Amino acid sequence: MPEPTTTPANGSKIAVRCTGVTKTFGSGTNAMQALRGVDMDVRIGELLMLVGPSGCGKTTLISVIAGVLRRDGGECTVFENDYQKMSELQTTRFRGKNIGFVFQAFNLIPTLNAEENAAAPLIINGTKRRDAVAKAREVLQQVGFDERMMRSFSTDLSGGQQQRVAIARALVHNPRLIVCDEPTSALDGETGHKVMELMRNLALGTDRALIVVTHDSRIYEFADRIAHMEDGRITSIEESPRTTS
Amino acid sequence: MAIMSFIALKMLIGDKAKYIGIIIGLTFASLLITQQSAIFAGMMTRTFSFLSDVGLPDVWVVDPEVQYIDDIKPLQSTEVYRVRSVEGVQWAVPLYKGSLQARMDDGTFQSCILIGLDDETLIGGPPTMLTGQLSDLRRADGIIVDQVGANGKLARRLPDGKRAPLKIGDSVELNDNRAVVVGICQITQTFQSNPVIYTTYSRATTFAPQTRKMLSFVAAKAKPGENLDALCARIGKQTGLKAYTCDEFKKLTFFYYLKYTGMPVNFLTAVALGFIVGITISGQTFYNFTLDNLRYFGTLKAMGATNGMLLRMILLQALVVAVIGYGLGVGAASLWGSYFGTHSQLAFRLPWQLLVITAVAILFICLTAASLSIRKVMKLEPAVVFRS
Repeated sequence: MPEPTTTPANGSKIAVRCTGVTKTFGSGTNAMQALRGVDMDVRIGELLMLVGPSGCGKTTLISVIAGVLRRDGGECTVFENDYQKMSELQTTRFRGKNIGFVFQAFNLIPTLNAEENAAAPLIINGTKRRDAVAKAREVLQQVGFDERMMRSFSTDLSGGQQQRVAIARALVHNPRLIVCDEPTSALDGETGHKVMELMRNLALGTDRALIVVTHDSRIYEFADRIAHMEDGRITSIEESPRTTS
Repeated sequence: MAIMSFIALKMLIGDKAKYIGIIIGLTFASLLITQQSAIFAGMMTRTFSFLSDVGLPDVWVVDPEVQYIDDIKPLQSTEVYRVRSVEGVQWAVPLYKGSLQARMDDGTFQSCILIGLDDETLIGGPPTMLTGQLSDLRRADGIIVDQVGANGKLARRLPDGKRAPLKIGDSVELNDNRAVVVGICQITQTFQSNPVIYTTYSRATTFAPQTRKMLSFVAAKAKPGENLDALCARIGKQTGLKAYTCDEFKKLTFFYYLKYTGMPVNFLTAVALGFIVGITISGQTFYNFTLDNLRYFGTLKAMGATNGMLLRMILLQALVVAVIGYGLGVGAASLWGSYFGTHSQLAFRLPWQLLVITAVAILFICLTAASLSIRKVMKLEPAVVFRS
């Protein structure tokens, strides 16, 4: 993969660059334009929050950025790679190596225990099961899991614990971009806070970027920048108090 | 892929209710298909059991109008000599086969199959003698009775109401003629399940109701190296009779029963029911299992699992339930057949071909279910993972 480009404006390296991205669902009279020309950059080493009312296109945008949905128009590069120029197989493999996911509903496979769930991305990428589980255990330890919890199934874990497994799963294969969709919406305020602290401390690195879609204003403080979306467009991007202070 | 297989198996086995449901459905399907096919095969094998038991002859000569082995159209006794005169025939012997009534001690009658063997050679005798010897048939009024008949329908009724199996020395009245049991034999059960009585040809023609012609078959042996088809054609040409090789005569009989009885329809219906049970219960449950796990397949897809990986995961899941369901079903059918085969007169035959047919049917059920699931997973947009 080529080295990321440098933006002249502030010297930060760019992880994601979207220019005029459009996406329409349906056709004819039923067509619904979810993205109407999104322009946005995500810098390496930053946590960018994407906020806005329901139906404004946040989830569609991170789906396009994560390569799980094809855009209709505009440009979108992730570490200078354009999914539109890749085959479906190449896109899938790129996602497997470079993107980590944290979902609102956790999406842990209920028949796998915590360490097996966390090991899944490595297994998909071809790591042997034993090595993958060993690595997953290391990451689970970092998110505060003890031996008993590592062997627990998701049904035996609290929401906060499940989200920590999901974070471990998103980190285990060292992806360069992590996308999180409403990671705290299913959690109470205190647990949500802890989860965001974990993400900020563990997930952010000098060569990694985080995009968090959220409605939850209680966690805005963890963002480096906050992008406001409305009606399929980015209306403003503000530096968070964390950055300005 | 080997490393993804553990996720596939854990997903499958972890959902215990569906996993067991699929296995039970496949087990029943496999049991029904195997058991009904095996009973059908057993019954069809019994239609030509006489030919199977008489191992020596290569060629059977009968009236040209004969449609199957029990369709006896008697021949002139001189036909034996005409067959013997055909080039390539090593030997030819007369055989009688017919039905007659045995009078029981209590005055009731029992239909029996009477087989008359060539007096000199006793060719065509039972394959296994349990007591007595085949040559004992040369004793006065001698008959050999099959074990199932001797223990069952021909068993003597004792004064206390119990039944005692026929044994050597017992006498039986056959069509007003006295016959003495000189041996008990083991044979392949007949289609009609009537007792089978062996005696000499000349005695059989005495026991049987007299008709102008008494010869049922001419059983012939070809000279070594003789082409059987050519010999049959030669016999037919020279005698005006119809000559069949042993296999041809079996096939003639088999296809007669297949064509003129309702058996295939009955058994095929039962087999089809097994198949439908498999498709509806297991297929539907397997498909539901995939639908329930669609979110997780989507998650794996988002995390980088290719369509090929997911396809192999579903195929592995389908194969695992297929193998387990097949094994349990075939095992249960075998145990059932083994038990009832020895404790009753059930016709049950389980050749390897039936095992293959059941395996193909079960595999078809699973692959059909899997293909529907695969289609669903292949078309799945990984973006589904972001929908709560």
